[in-house]
Amino acid sequence: MLDFLLPALLAGVGVAIVAGPLGSFIVWRRMAYFGDTLAHSALLGVSLGFLFDLPLNLAVVICCLTLALLLVSLQRKKLIATDTLLGILAHSTLSLGLVTVSFMDNVRIDLMAYLFGDLLAVGLQDLLWIYIGGTGVIITLVILWRPLLAITVHEELAKVEGLAVDWIRLVLMLLIALVIAVAMKIVGVLLITSLMIIPAATAQRVSNSPEQMAIKASLIGTVAVMLGLAFSYVADTPTGPSVVVCAAALFLITLVLPSSRAVA
Amino acid sequence: MSTPLIEVANICLKQQQRTLLNNISFKLEEGEIVTLIGPNGAGKTTLVRIILGLIKADSGTCHQRKGLRIGYMPQKLHIEPTFPLTVEGFLKLNGRHSRNDIENTLSRVGVSHLLTQRLQKLSGGETQRVLLARALLQKPQLLVLDEPVQGVDINGQREFYQLIQSIRTGQGCAVLMISHDLHLVMAATDRVICLNQHICCSGHPDDVSNHPAYLELFGDNQQEFALYTHHHDHDHNIDGKVVKCGGDHA
Repeated sequence: MLDFLLPALLAGVGVAIVAGPLGSFIVWRRMAYFGDTLAHSALLGVSLGFLFDLPLNLAVVICCLTLALLLVSLQRKKLIATDTLLGILAHSTLSLGLVTVSFMDNVRIDLMAYLFGDLLAVGLQDLLWIYIGGTGVIITLVILWRPLLAITVHEELAKVEGLAVDWIRLVLMLLIALVIAVAMKIVGVLLITSLMIIPAATAQRVSNSPEQMAIKASLIGTVAVMLGLAFSYVADTPTGPSVVVCAAALFLITLVLPSSRAVA
Repeated sequence: MSTPLIEVANICLKQQQRTLLNNISFKLEEGEIVTLIGPNGAGKTTLVRIILGLIKADSGTCHQRKGLRIGYMPQKLHIEPTFPLTVEGFLKLNGRHSRNDIENTLSRVGVSHLLTQRLQKLSGGETQRVLLARALLQKPQLLVLDEPVQGVDINGQREFYQLIQSIRTGQGCAVLMISHDLHLVMAATDRVICLNQHICCSGHPDDVSNHPAYLELFGDNQQEFALYTHHHDHDHNIDGKVVKCGGDHA
């Protein structure tokens, strides 16, 4: 049983750890829809990967990073409202991905696995992606932590104080895109953002500093992955949705706990 | 003479066929307090944003002295309710300040008791002091204040102006301040610039602390305030001593 669950557990925990701090930024900066858009574009990455016979993980990473860059540049041009732009890109990339898949008669793709995740199909290569990519993300976060917080609190103040705001924001977008691309395998295109947001929202209720919130979000995410995996094993439910259900349950628990927002 | 801290020349900015700024030129010297006034929509904040490098002008130049350290105090601070940040954490965002530095600066602006408070719980006046503390931690040569006394009552304004003046005296930094009030500016102001798309006039605010109307309004011993009298082409004229105006009133 351990052989069977161990890779899934390692993958889930790895993703939960990096999702914690980045999820916190998504919550602070109100970027939930941005995360969703990137996640939806990951499916396009999958189908393009099949089409051009590229390694899937690589194709998804490239697709997500490209979309993040596209979003940032379109957003700066201010042609339309950001949420409209996100809506257009999210659903058109998802649809484009689905349409592309339908053209490929010779390959059989388990669409459900990409939409909702297949934690139990995680292989060694996925684990490498998660842990190497994850380590890179964490190192970048540690180095850029203070500037990242500064631009989140007040972008103009940060700019006047001499930070390269545009670059730091771009790095954050790319980090989120990278994590989404890597995490897609675990909970699927449609559920990734929840794995980032729900633990962060849960942690926020019991944290007194941004650092605490980021770390607690990672821990809560880890617990959610473990519980979800166990639940899925015992009750034979789909793993991705089970993990999200467990995360939501943890959030509900903190809702009834007395809030510790007040600082002495 | 040393180079000015800020030198803007012939700044013009248009947005959607509307002229926001027209041919603005001025210099800001070391240790000088300059107050920027003008009616709503005069382009005060826009001009300051150009000086700070937050937006670009269509034409004209804006030079900062090399290595100029600016402490900026924005008009508002909106922190997401989901962001668990204390005053201490907020002040640490712009550099590695020691606890000691932070405590000293907070007590300098009179809010040392707020160190461990959540930012979202501060009142308007407290937030303003904390923003000033963050600007001061930069050890600025120039302090830029965007409507610092907006929504603050007259006594609060006096205290704030006293504080700014003592900071200028203590640290020798220049101050560029936007005032939302056309007639009431800080007495220590060296120069008032009146803006209405173009620079209408600029000069020393008169010493009017003995003016009967002023005394009637605020009582004696109010040296932090001075009245700056206006002479416009439109209906802002009030009685009182006249500040020398530029002859460019269109």
